[in-house]
Amino acid sequence: MSTVEERVKKIVCEQLGVKESEVQNSSSFVEDLGADSLDTVELVMALEEEFETEIPDEEAEKLASVQDAIDYIVAHT
Amino acid sequence: MSLEGKTALVTGATRGIGKAIARALAEQGVEVVGTATSAEGAESITAALKEAGLNGYGIVMNVADPDSIEAGLKAVTEKSGAPLILVNNAGITRDNLLMRLKDDDWTSVLETNLSSVYRTSKAVLRGMAKARWGRIINISSVVAGMGNPGQGNYCAAKAGVEGFTRSLAKEMSNRGITANCVAPGFIDTDMTRKLDDKQREAMLEVIPAGRLGEPEEVAAVVAFLASEPAAYVTGETIHVNGGMYMG
Repeated sequence: MSTVEERVKKIVCEQLGVKESEVQNSSSFVEDLGADSLDTVELVMALEEEFETEIPDEEAEKLASVQDAIDYIVAHT
Repeated sequence: MSLEGKTALVTGATRGIGKAIARALAEQGVEVVGTATSAEGAESITAALKEAGLNGYGIVMNVADPDSIEAGLKAVTEKSGAPLILVNNAGITRDNLLMRLKDDDWTSVLETNLSSVYRTSKAVLRGMAKARWGRIINISSVVAGMGNPGQGNYCAAKAGVEGFTRSLAKEMSNRGITANCVAPGFIDTDMTRKLDDKQREAMLEVIPAGRLGEPEEVAAVVAFLASEPAAYVTGETIHVNGGMYMG
């Protein structure tokens, strides 16, 4: 079973079309990985599906980096 | 990518334009799910498609009720996969001069004709975004552009649908999803059969083609917009009205 970190990074790669080597924990979805607003919405949806959880809009807005997403998932699943 | 194997959701498919659209899409190899407000209506959709040897069936869905939309889409997705073609056709009229229009006439027409389009579109977008392919086709009306006395509520709703469609088209273009409107003029359906002879005569005078349109003539444009070659047409309203109004 992969760790939360690995699974989050895999989804980020799939959704944003970036290589795994480009994705650091500190990477910002918008500034470093080139996501637009629609990409970030889709990314959150993909995370919700992968981890079978619901991320409220006000929480989703705060997920700016890979580490933010990992922290959120660890705390809420 | 052919339309073969895709699922389409067509609201208000029991009669008139919706029925013709369901048939036209099914003829392209799409599995068509048509919605009706009653169980009898849903059965008649299933029967009509079956009789024509086409793939599809009817379900009960009230587009003015968010819970009904959610339940309907869930059932369709489980049975047939996420719909990648959505045709928002269901609509009602509650005509009256503004000075006599009741709050309920206003609210119910806005809910059924405009809010429903927002809800169904939102509900299908996730599946379309994942597939990187989608077609949303909203049935507007010639009166959205030209106005019509006694139809303030209907005109507002249909003009709202056109504005909504343009916004949606811009949001989703880079995901391979198009959103367009088809705006019929006077088409030979139950909705126009309600008019009396005098109203009918007055109507024909303003239609250069000199006749009412057929539901199939609207359905053909919808089928084109759903097709693969229409991929670069988005945010557009196509008029099908025999020349009575050219936007």
